Amino acid sequence: MHARADAADTAPTWPDDIFATLQRFDVRQVPYVPDAGHSKLIQRVLDSSTMHGIPLTTEEEGVALLAGAWTGGQRGVLLMQSSGVGNCINMLSLIPILRFPFLTLVTMRGEWGEFNPWQVPMGSTTQGVFELSGVKVLRASNAAEVLAVLEAAAAQAYNALTPTAVLLSQRLIGAKVFTK
Amino acid sequence: MSKANLLDRRQVVSALLANRKDLVAIGGLGASTNDITAAGDHARNFYLWGGMGGAAMIGLGLALAQPKLPVLVITGDGEMLMGMGSLATIGLQKPPNLSIAVLDNEAYGETGGQTSHTSAAADLVGVARACGIAESRAISTMAEVEAFAKAVHDVRAGPRFANVKIDSASVERILPTRDGAYIINRIRGDLGFQPI
Repeated sequence: MHARADAADTAPTWPDDIFATLQRFDVRQVPYVPDAGHSKLIQRVLDSSTMHGIPLTTEEEGVALLAGAWTGGQRGVLLMQSSGVGNCINMLSLIPILRFPFLTLVTMRGEWGEFNPWQVPMGSTTQGVFELSGVKVLRASNAAEVLAVLEAAAAQAYNALTPTAVLLSQRLIGAKVFTK
Repeated sequence: MSKANLLDRRQVVSALLANRKDLVAIGGLGASTNDITAAGDHARNFYLWGGMGGAAMIGLGLALAQPKLPVLVITGDGEMLMGMGSLATIGLQKPPNLSIAVLDNEAYGETGGQTSHTSAAADLVGVARACGIAESRAISTMAEVEAFAKAVHDVRAGPRFANVKIDSASVERILPTRDGAYIINRIRGDLGFQPI
């Protein structure tokens, strides 16, 4: 059994800021791999009449899906966790080759009060993996800056065709704690 | 080494695309993309040269964005095996306008003909069906190919999956453009979308 230290106290509102921004940018397809940090946003997406939430079996599927979505005229955003970024590496090559707008929102593990050592290696290299793959990285570390960071990321991804990842820091989300 | 009575890949793909109308065709990394080219270059052809395992998901994204258009993924057994989880994702979404045809020669033709899992163990039709794609079939005759080609245009009755056993003989390479941005912008243009 586990609970979230920070997020459990009060329901965070920053996922609503993300949802509102994605709506404003006419995002239609939202592939995701289930993740606790994204759970509220995923629920908003699934309840939405304009966005289509698409659960994946592995994150790389989402990169290919967004290439197809754009070819068919729709914008999308990929929701995943830092450990899933490693699953995407080869598929990320589609982004510069096809030159489609790519935005991904990544909840971080392994960087702030982490309990599980197995999360640390991928959490430590997430930013580097993106940068080596040609994806620009922006970071939101506290709730107050989420809206501005999302706005900037969505604008450069969709308007300037600049592949962008937003890392939602573990400090923002709250470290996962395990209790008996 | 080719087995007797297996279908010719070029004939299969030609039949699938013979009366394509508004269909968008997506090739898989490798020979299937060349087969689509051999059937005739087309503004709605998506040629994949990389991102192995992604063909079916590109098809899903496109099918969801354009629900009135038939979208047909034509890929190989090796490429489909690499993206097998995407069959579960498609089975969950059930896009009625998406079809997948696997050209199954039981080998990795691009890399020297190494044996693939479908030669002995993996049954892709079984996988697709078990992933929720009820309309999944094994094809071994041209009559079945032609029936599938017709079914693909019914955008309300999919998704559908076909595993077509083909001859493993090598055929002449007919290569399409490698410019990815050109490929997808040409499709977008044909669908009526402007460049950004």
